[in-house]
Amino acid sequence: MPELPDRKVGIVACCGEEIAEGTVSRLATLKVLHDLRPDDTVTICLPLFVAGDAGECAFARVHPTIAVDGCDLRCAARATEALSGKPAASLVVSAVVAEQGLAKPEGRRRLDDAGKAAVEATATRLAALVDALAAAGDAGRAAESAMSAVQPQARNVACACGRGGTPAKASGVA
Amino acid sequence: MSADGQKVAVAPCSGIGKPFGTVAREAAYELCETVCPADTVLVALGKLVLGDAAARETVSRNPVVTIDGCQRMCAAKTVKRNRGAVLHEVMVLDVFRRHRDLKPEGIAELNKAGEELARVLAGEVATIVPELKAAVAKGACHA
Repeated sequence: MPELPDRKVGIVACCGEEIAEGTVSRLATLKVLHDLRPDDTVTICLPLFVAGDAGECAFARVHPTIAVDGCDLRCAARATEALSGKPAASLVVSAVVAEQGLAKPEGRRRLDDAGKAAVEATATRLAALVDALAAAGDAGRAAESAMSAVQPQARNVACACGRGGTPAKASGVA
Repeated sequence: MSADGQKVAVAPCSGIGKPFGTVAREAAYELCETVCPADTVLVALGKLVLGDAAARETVSRNPVVTIDGCQRMCAAKTVKRNRGAVLHEVMVLDVFRRHRDLKPEGIAELNKAGEELARVLAGEVATIVPELKAAVAKGACHA
């Protein structure tokens, strides 16, 4: 069976600078990236979908991506879908806070205790989503690998910029 | 619109991968919350990525300062795409080059040097806030 590269789970946070929940989205994302799931996750700055190159715009098409938003505007989820690819999952900090009965976070620059609790709750929920997507990815890759081992086939290899591609042979060599 | 009551919009990058992005964000808070709270307003870059109407209005009707953490200049580019009047662009790295003793470290939480670099940057921008507000009267914005 061929070895396929691990496909890390992408996380895109709104980082909304205007509200404390935006800071929670940023810190929860960093906690997952650095502490909870460092080997399984990658991130990209949201504005790079506008300012970046084609490769960066392909982020959500390459990585199964979780959008983490601070509020109901859902800027990260909507921008990711519009400019990169449909997120595999999304999370809204204010909803996590409400569901868990936590106090409203305050302090966009320095989070209060409620904000820190929201970071923990959001990071825990985010890590669980990462695990679920990683597991789904493993199962998908195993199935794809098994299929290619028995049935080599031509398929379209799309350019990362999403502007189409040329037919190419999958190696399919076991 | 006259310059009276006009504020300078401050748009920091939303950098999440490097300490310089955190410095940009911290400098924007320092400027808008501590140094010049009456003359500045913070703009969330994420809102501008999809062209949120209120955020577009803010950057098109006020002089804008962008603070970027890296050479990708996401903040400046995103504001300009939204018809924002960017009158001053700051890149954290340029400020750091002039203050090499203030090497920022840490992303979730900056070290002391990074916090000081943010204060220095905010102080530098604060000195030109009156000039930026005056530019409004000269028609630099769409107001």
